[in-house]
Amino acid sequence: MSSAPTLSRAQRAAFPPNWPARLALAALALYVVYACSVLDITWARFVEGFGHGSRLLSRVWPPNFAPDKLALLRAGMLESLQIAILATVIGVLVSLPLGLAAARNLVPVPLALASRGVIALFRTFHPVIVAILFVKAVGFGALAGMLALVVASLGFLSKLVAEAVEEMSMKPVEAVRATGASFLSVVIMSVLPQVMARFIGFSAYQLDANLRNSALVGLVGGGGIGATLFTAFQRFDYDFVLTIVLAVIALVMLGELISGWMRRLFQ
Amino acid sequence: MSTLQEPTPVYSWHRFSPAQRVVRSVFYILVLIAIVWSLESIEIIPEFLYDAPAQSIDLFARMWPIDWAWYPEVVQAALIETLHTATLGTILAVGLASAVALMCARNITRSLALNALGRFILVATRSVHAMVWALFFVALFGPGSLAGTLAIAVHSIGFTGKFLSEAIEEAKHGPIEALIAAGASRASILLKGYWPQVKPAFLSIVVFRWDINVRESAVLGLVGGGGLGMALDTALSNLYWDRAGLVLCVTFAVVIVTELLTIWIRGRII
Amino acid sequence: MTESAIEPCSGTLDHCPLVIRHLCKEYRAGQPVLKDISLSVAAHGTTAIVGPSGTGKSTLIRCINRLVDPTAGEILFRGEDLARLKGRALRAARRRIGMVFQEYNLVERLSVMENVLCGRLGYVRAWRAWLRRFPAADIERAFHLLDAVGLAHLARERADQLSGGQRQRVGIARALMQEPELLLADEPTSSLDPKTSVEIMELIRRRAGERNIPVIVNIHNVELARRFADRVIGMCNGEIVFDGAPRALDHAILSRIYGGEGWLE
Repeated sequence: MSSAPTLSRAQRAAFPPNWPARLALAALALYVVYACSVLDITWARFVEGFGHGSRLLSRVWPPNFAPDKLALLRAGMLESLQIAILATVIGVLVSLPLGLAAARNLVPVPLALASRGVIALFRTFHPVIVAILFVKAVGFGALAGMLALVVASLGFLSKLVAEAVEEMSMKPVEAVRATGASFLSVVIMSVLPQVMARFIGFSAYQLDANLRNSALVGLVGGGGIGATLFTAFQRFDYDFVLTIVLAVIALVMLGELISGWMRRLFQ
Repeated sequence: MSTLQEPTPVYSWHRFSPAQRVVRSVFYILVLIAIVWSLESIEIIPEFLYDAPAQSIDLFARMWPIDWAWYPEVVQAALIETLHTATLGTILAVGLASAVALMCARNITRSLALNALGRFILVATRSVHAMVWALFFVALFGPGSLAGTLAIAVHSIGFTGKFLSEAIEEAKHGPIEALIAAGASRASILLKGYWPQVKPAFLSIVVFRWDINVRESAVLGLVGGGGLGMALDTALSNLYWDRAGLVLCVTFAVVIVTELLTIWIRGRII
Repeated sequence: MTESAIEPCSGTLDHCPLVIRHLCKEYRAGQPVLKDISLSVAAHGTTAIVGPSGTGKSTLIRCINRLVDPTAGEILFRGEDLARLKGRALRAARRRIGMVFQEYNLVERLSVMENVLCGRLGYVRAWRAWLRRFPAADIERAFHLLDAVGLAHLARERADQLSGGQRQRVGIARALMQEPELLLADEPTSSLDPKTSVEIMELIRRRAGERNIPVIVNIHNVELARRFADRVIGMCNGEIVFDGAPRALDHAILSRIYGGEGWLE
C-alpha cells in the first residue's frame, strides 16, 4: 500500500504565475518610461499641444470648398489618380516575370538569388526616399512620383509572386514538362493557374496602396495632391487641408470598391 | 441515288462563355482607356528623360565618398530617436487599435452604429499616410519626435485594428459559449475566451507592424517628425550629398537589421 | 496479348523502339538506385515493372523521359540517345512519350478540356496556350479522347471537382493526346480503390493497344500485373531479377523479387 506523493504548495497551485509574461510586461512598461524620457515626451508638452490644438481645430473646421481651392484639389487629385493607375499597371506587368525569375523551384538558383536581391533593394527604401532620388534624376513632377511608386509596387508584388510560386505544387509542372512543352508553355499552363488567384488579390491591394502613396510622393516633388497638401500646410490653410484629406479618404474607399469588383471578376 | 450524310458534329470549345468574354473585354478596354488618359496627362519632358542617366551618375558621384564623420555627430542620435519613435508608436498604436478593433468586431459589439464608426476610424487612419499625420502633429506640437511618435501611432491604428478585428471575428464561438454559460463577466470572457485565441495573430501583427514602422519613422523627419528623416532633410537642404548618402546607408542597414530581427522573433516566439 | 511480346527483342529498331543499356543512377555518391539496367522493349504490348518500394522502379521510368537525369548509360528511343539530349531536341523527344502519374498531376484549377489540351503543348506555340486558341483539329481530337475515356460530359468541369478515377482518366487522355510512340505509367493505380484500379488498367491497355503504343507501367499490385501485362520485369535493389511472362510469376520468383512474403497484400 503506497500513498500518493505529497506536492509542495507551489506545485499545487492551479495557475502558476506566468513569470516570462510578467517580466515581459514589466520590461515593456519600463521601456515606455525610458523612451519617453529620451524623446523628451512629457505630459506638459502634451497638454500644451492640446491647448494649441483647440485653437487649431477651429481653423480646420469647416472644410474649405471655395471654387479656386476646388479647382486646385481637382487638378491634384487627377494627377495622383493617374500616377496610381500607371504605377499599378506597370508594376503588375513587370512584377510577374520578375517574381517568376525569383522562384528557386522554377529557375536556376543563381538567377533566383540575383532577382531576390533586386527585389529586396526595391523594398528597402521608403517610396518617399525613392521619389527624392527620382526627382533628382528626371526632374520634378508626376514622372518621378510614378517611377517611385513603380519601384515600391515591384518590391511588394514580386516578392509575393516568388513566395506563391515556391509554395505551389510541382506535380502539375512535372506533368506538363513531360509533354515536351517549352518553358513558357509550362509556366502558362501549370504555374500561372496555381498563382493567378492570389496574384489578383495582391494586385488589388497594390492599387489601393498606390492610391494612398500617390498622395505622398508629392510632398517631395513627385506630383499629385501631395504637393497641394504640403503647400496648404505651409500656408496654414488648415481648412483646405481638411478638404484634401477628406478627398483622399474618399478616393481610397472608391479604390477598395473597384478592387473588390476586380477580384470577383477574375475569380 | 444519293447517300444521305449525317452532318459532321462541330466540336468547339471556348474557355469563357460569351457573357464572360464581354465582361472581360469591357474591363480590358476600360483599363486601356485609363492608361492612355493617364499617359496623356503626365508630362514627360524628353530633355529630362535623356538627361536622367547623367543625372543619376552625378547623384551617386556626389554621394561618394560618404561622410562617415557625420555619424557620431548627428546620425547616431537620430538613429536612436527613430528606433524609439517606431517602438513607442507601435506600442501606443496597439493599445488604441485593440480598443477600436473591439468596437469593430461584430461578435463583441452588437451596435451597428459603433461597428460603422469603428470601421470609419480604421479606414480614415490608414488612408492618411503617416507623413500627413506628421504634418498635422507638427502643427500641433511643434517639430520633433512627439509629433513623429503620434503620427506613427495614429497611422498604424488602421492596419493593426483591421487585422485584429478580423482575428477576433474568426475566434471560435465554442469556448465563449462555455464561459457565458458558466456566468463569466464580460471582462473575463474577453480575457480568457477571446484573448488566448487571438494571441498568436496578435503577436504576429505587432511584430509585422513594428518592422514597417521602423521604415516609416526613418522618413518622418523630412516633414519635421524627428529622427533620421530630419538628418536627411538637413543634408538635402544644404545639398550635402555625401551626408545624405550616409543617412541612406544607415537607413538601409537599420531596415535590414530590423527585418532579420523580425524573422528571428517570428521563429522563436510565434 | 501475343507470345512474341515476351521474347526479348532483337534486330531492327522497328521491333525495339526502346533499348536501355547499362543505365545507372545515383542520387548520392556511392548509393546507386539503379545498377546497370539493360532491357529492350518491343513495339507493342504492356510491360509491367514490379518490385518493393524504393527499388528504383519509379526512377527507371522517370529516366526514360528524363524527368530524372541518369548518371550513366544509354536510353535509345528509335535510335536517339535520350540521355544525351538537351533543350529543343529533348522536348521534341518528350512529346513522343506520354506519361500517366500516380497522383494524376492535373492542373487543378483548369478545366478537364484544358488539362487534356496540355498534351498538345509540345506541338503548339506558347501564345496559343496563353489565349487557349488551339487548332480545331486538336479540339476535335480532345473530344474524341474524352469520349474514349468516358468523360465527354465533364469537359468543362474544373479538374478538382472530379473523383480520383475520373482524374486518372483525364491523365490518360492527356497522355494519348500527344499521339505518343510510347506510354509510361508510374504507379497509375496506387491512389485508387481496387475496382477503379482494374478499370484504369483496362482502359490503358485497351486504348494503347488500339493505337499500337507500347506501354511500360510501374505497378506494385502483383495481381494487376499478372492480369494486364504481357511481360513482367521484376526489380530488386536496383537490379532486374526477373524478366518473363506473367504466368511464370510463381511463389519462388516473387519471394526473390520482394525478399520474403512482402508481395502478399
